[in-house]
Amino acid sequence: MIEAILLTIATAATPLLLAALGELVVERSGVLNLGVEGMMIMGAVAGFGAAQLSGSPWVGLLAAVCAGALFSMLFGFLTLTLATNQVATGLSLTILGLGLSGMLGESFVGLPGLKLQAWAIPGLSEIPLIGKLLFAQDPIFYISIALTVAVWWFVFFTRAGLTLRAVGDSHVSAHALGLRVIRIRYLAVLFGGACAGMAGGHLSLVYTPQWTENMTAGRGWIALALVVFASWLPWRLVAGAYLFGAVTIAQFHAQAQGVGIPSQFLSALPYLATIFVLVLISSNRRMTMRNTPASLGKPFVPER
Amino acid sequence: MRVELVRRPHPSALYGALSPFLALLITATLGAIMFAILGKAPHLALYAYFIEPLTEVWSLHELLVKAAPLILIAIGLSVCFLSNNWNIGAEGQFIIGAIFGSVLPVMFPEFRGPFVLPIMLLMGILGGMTYAAIPALLKAKLNTNEILSSLMLVYVAQLFLDWLVRGPWRNPQGFNFPESRNFHADAVLPEVISASGRAHYGFVFAIIAAVVMWYILNRTLKGFEIRVMGQSPRAGRFAGFSRAGTILTTFLIAGGLAGLAGISEVSGAIGQLRPVISPGYGFTAIIVAFLGRLNPLGIVAAGLVLALSYLGGEAAQISLGVSNKVANVFQGILLFSVLACDTLIHYRVRIAGRPSAEGQGV
Repeated sequence: MIEAILLTIATAATPLLLAALGELVVERSGVLNLGVEGMMIMGAVAGFGAAQLSGSPWVGLLAAVCAGALFSMLFGFLTLTLATNQVATGLSLTILGLGLSGMLGESFVGLPGLKLQAWAIPGLSEIPLIGKLLFAQDPIFYISIALTVAVWWFVFFTRAGLTLRAVGDSHVSAHALGLRVIRIRYLAVLFGGACAGMAGGHLSLVYTPQWTENMTAGRGWIALALVVFASWLPWRLVAGAYLFGAVTIAQFHAQAQGVGIPSQFLSALPYLATIFVLVLISSNRRMTMRNTPASLGKPFVPER
Repeated sequence: MRVELVRRPHPSALYGALSPFLALLITATLGAIMFAILGKAPHLALYAYFIEPLTEVWSLHELLVKAAPLILIAIGLSVCFLSNNWNIGAEGQFIIGAIFGSVLPVMFPEFRGPFVLPIMLLMGILGGMTYAAIPALLKAKLNTNEILSSLMLVYVAQLFLDWLVRGPWRNPQGFNFPESRNFHADAVLPEVISASGRAHYGFVFAIIAAVVMWYILNRTLKGFEIRVMGQSPRAGRFAGFSRAGTILTTFLIAGGLAGLAGISEVSGAIGQLRPVISPGYGFTAIIVAFLGRLNPLGIVAAGLVLALSYLGGEAAQISLGVSNKVANVFQGILLFSVLACDTLIHYRVRIAGRPSAEGQGV
């Protein structure tokens, strides 16, 4: 029983972790992309559709990643090349994504989906309690963990990561040093889009292998909140994402057990929890200010 | 080939006036391409979408019914955006306004008289303000990001409404449908010209709100304060304006107007509470605010355009057999185009053929 619950927590946490990891890199470069929800839902619809057409959930996953990345370039072109307001552009990415996915996915509604099968690693998955939890998960789970380590290593232990943080902290100085601010930010936004797309693909290929309109249900926004919660540190994202996975799964189980609380109130818990952790973290000014990229959300036009 | 921006010494007045129209033109072009891909003749599709709904009196009324909440919400949002407060939870404030306003006709249906409607409207405004006060206070006192908190509250409001109409507020005579009881005659917002169509007084409220807000923003100290706090909070502080005060004022204005829109929609257009009372007006109003260039009078025009996109979606679904989701796609494209065109106001765009030695490549 406990094992089954823990297993589902990981499934609920993985899309949050992936999308948040991508956004973390984007924000570390000084760009605030509020379009996570839109890129995620495009990933979900593209993943489902490609899996249907090809008969392979792996093709679906690839399509999800590409769709998220492609969609993020729309945001990149506007905010980076045309220097538009990042908040408004991110919002419009979400609005367009929700609309476009609804239109593209209309014929997918009600179709049975293809599921990306779990990989049980022989031997290791036999270990009692943690075996199933760590070594018998869906492939995207392993990717999300590997990616967390990779992002952490990249951001803090590589020269390119240092460059990324420099661009995010002061684009003017970075530009003066000869760093290609806009190009670096494009790459960061692209990575963020690919991650959000993969997170969406997880939803429609693993979490609930089907297509329903607005199936991201605010997860992109929760991922954005997680980045703030984690104060831009990758390993804290894991804690945050699993905490939220736990809240989501706990409310599902409470609904199934019929605990006498209306299901709507239980469904509202993850959203209320998001506000709660935001308040908690933001009231501690010292902690948030230390890691916030100083140029976050400010448009940059190179002087020539 | 790459794009270079060169900052203008002054914002261009020409492009300031032209950019919304340019954005509409781009959207129509992209729309035509989209229809062509869907296998419809573009000119017929665009006609069915944007012109046909304007050719009949009843559908003009429907246009005003849909424009009323969009304009009311967008005016409030524009005040927030001008002061650099990103309230994107208007959808939630709209819903809570509708719920607060419905307390009287749903819980006390035997209470009748000419006072019912004014009380409902005031309660609706109060409801929206209360709900908007949450992210405002969190931002002002605890520095919590208002974008995320106001958006999360949208989901909470939707679930709360869903619970109400399926639970305690379900119509006792409603055959178990998830609906509240129908509003009695005294609780219904009347039509403006009832002989010709459904347009109710919500549109009149929207026009009044636009004029009043134009006056406040352009002719009063409060309006000046809102602008200054948006453009340069540091200068605002030196002028003695309060950051917390501006956050609260702008959120309360936005929440109040969204609440008014909510109760007007429920009382004027629907006549009862249902699990879903808005096709995303709170989010579409963000587009209205930007298309109207955050100017109350521009917002009235922009509200009519976006209302047309909803109507056109329905019309195109019937006459062309395309999905009514096309409307949301149009709206998304429109916001992108507006933001892209606004770049022309502050920058000259140069297309350079070859990257210069030290330039920023794309």
